Amino acid sequence: MSTPILEISGLNKSFGPVHVLHDVDLAIRPGEVTALVGDNGAGKSTLVKCIAGIHPADSGEIRWAGEPVKMTGPRDAAALGIEVVYQDLALADNLDIVQNMFLGRERGKAWALDEAGMEQAARETLATLSVRTVKSVRTLVSSLSGGQRQTVAIAKSVLWDSKVVLLDEPTAALGVAQTRQVLDLVRRLAEQGLGVVLISHNMADVFEVSDRVATLYLGRLVADLPTRDLTHGQVVELITAGRSGDLGLTRPDTVSI
Amino acid sequence: MTDTSPAGAPATPETPRDSAADRAVADFGIDTTARSTGEALRDYVARVRGGELGSLPALLGLVVLAVVFSLASDSFLTLGNIANLLAQGAGVTIIAMGLVFVLLLGEIDLSAGTASGVTAAVLALHLVSGGNLLGGMGTPVFVVFCVLVVVAVAVAAQLRLWAAAVPPVLALAMMLSGIPPNPWLEMLLAVCVGTAIGLLTGFLVSRIGIPSFVVTLALFLAWQGVILQLIGEGGTLGLRDETLFAVANGNLSVVGSWVLFVVAAGGYAAVVLARHYRRLRAGLVTQPTPLVAAKVGVTLLLGAVATILLTRNRSQSALIEITGVPFVVPIVLVLLVVGTYVLDRTSYGRHIYAVGGNAEAARRAGINVPRIRASVFVISASVAAIGAIVYSSKVGSVDPSAGGGTVLLYAVGAAVIGGTSLFGGKGRISNAVIGGAVLAMVANGLGLLRQPAAVVFVITGLVLLLAASVDALSRRKVSAGR
Repeated sequence: MSTPILEISGLNKSFGPVHVLHDVDLAIRPGEVTALVGDNGAGKSTLVKCIAGIHPADSGEIRWAGEPVKMTGPRDAAALGIEVVYQDLALADNLDIVQNMFLGRERGKAWALDEAGMEQAARETLATLSVRTVKSVRTLVSSLSGGQRQTVAIAKSVLWDSKVVLLDEPTAALGVAQTRQVLDLVRRLAEQGLGVVLISHNMADVFEVSDRVATLYLGRLVADLPTRDLTHGQVVELITAGRSGDLGLTRPDTVSI
Repeated sequence: MTDTSPAGAPATPETPRDSAADRAVADFGIDTTARSTGEALRDYVARVRGGELGSLPALLGLVVLAVVFSLASDSFLTLGNIANLLAQGAGVTIIAMGLVFVLLLGEIDLSAGTASGVTAAVLALHLVSGGNLLGGMGTPVFVVFCVLVVVAVAVAAQLRLWAAAVPPVLALAMMLSGIPPNPWLEMLLAVCVGTAIGLLTGFLVSRIGIPSFVVTLALFLAWQGVILQLIGEGGTLGLRDETLFAVANGNLSVVGSWVLFVVAAGGYAAVVLARHYRRLRAGLVTQPTPLVAAKVGVTLLLGAVATILLTRNRSQSALIEITGVPFVVPIVLVLLVVGTYVLDRTSYGRHIYAVGGNAEAARRAGINVPRIRASVFVISASVAAIGAIVYSSKVGSVDPSAGGGTVLLYAVGAAVIGGTSLFGGKGRISNAVIGGAVLAMVANGLGLLRQPAAVVFVITGLVLLLAASVDALSRRKVSAGR
């Protein structure tokens, strides 16, 4: 097993009186897909936002390649190489694929953009991800299907030499074929040596692409196990009850809500 | 892999491409952009049917109007009238060009018209009072005006729009120094005052967070009052200055007209062709070469025809000779080129489209959305000041109705008729020019047919309604097609 690129230990986060994350420990390794599962309100999105620097953690440590780092904003996370693909994708419909992929980080001078360079880089990125469904990199995002949009959003996140990509329910709104495309893409990201965190409610997706499953239950990370050691039923029990046989919380009645 | 076809025999009867383009296509493998003219035209038709109309309805409308009016009126297609039409429509068109920036964000600037009136009044007052604005305005008004300009500078600093802080400083310097009248300085003063006004609007919208509709509605009324205060009820300030009068009424010399043609049309052709071949060599997405060539050819032809016609004598009397391209043409062209460049080729323009398309995505991409939002109002008001110079020059005076009444509504109408969306994110500077031409033609043609103002208003309203319906319907089609 490779050394983790991103390590979180003892992370706590509260919003006012609500204690959302309790002492969360999580390690993300390059070349691995970690599925982050949990019921609604378990703290998945909050954990992602803490990693992405949107919410500062109350306590706990985040180490990047072994070095402790302090994240005060999304820019810090982006500078390290952490990219987040949010559920709503954050694409501008009226811009084309190249323009969206480079939005806010355009190449060239502010008064003379390097359109050719951006177009070529966008093509190369899409080509390395083996994306073959998009007709042209100059297609407006408004005319793309849901799966293609997701693809563009993911491609945008790997364009920046990123090391860790967090995907928030990338297949939630997609059909069967499009889900297929996106899952393949997720797998390819890991093959290229990125650490991938996949938030999903869909057990089939989780078992298909993930190497590890990390389960959050009421703000606690109750299990972080290799996918091959788990069954569907166990994961569902971990999500709903926080324990499954010997796995998860030892005594669920000690959980204070 | 297995290349069994005989060497030298291309598999498809396509125009030969150079090897770099071939390689890039092979590398990428997915870029199946139309590369032949037929495909490109079919793509375009598909896009139009899909609801992406752009300026097409306005261009068709322009042709229809030209045909109808030239059949109905003998004097419509005379050289004199066409030159007149250009000058008549220029003021509103220029204001519309500035408004496109605001409309791209899905915002509205209702105050652009009366704000332009204020700049015209300041310009005229400076001229009439011999540079003594303190005397022209009276001490209390002058002090308030200076304070507002200082506030505008502070606002620019707060918004970090440093470039926009310079014009108000210049305006202040000119007002306080009592510099003697000079037409060029006065035009600069008008634009600088426009910038200051835009900064105030932008601050109220982006920092205080009042909807732009309300802010600019309030300012529309307020600036109307300011114009009345500056000029005085029933007053008129004459622009007795050759240069100021020539802006909208003067013409280039015949030689100058041809120089303009060579610079503008030749420059356009050089830029478009150079860019096309550069992209082709790099293997990037391009339009087919015949299509690009046709575009350039048509532009050159139209430019040449217009220049030939406008350099002929169009005077009604034998005593004087009127020749040459009106000055408003190069003014509009320069604004068109600069505006288009800013929107298409700079990161600032890219960010405007992004904020108009999806403000949240722009924010997450690290774009300073409030700053962009404020800046478009600065552009709108500054460009409106240029429009004010043109329309004031056309009538040769500034009265309290300057920039009021229908000016703003026509300007918004021009942008929308040309294909700029009121919902934001979609539009180009050229839309304003085409839409402005449509409105100018309606007003001019109906005037020649001696139609009463009632008919002109109703028809202009209907044209705008038609354009807005096309916009709304095409949007529905686009979203339904997804």
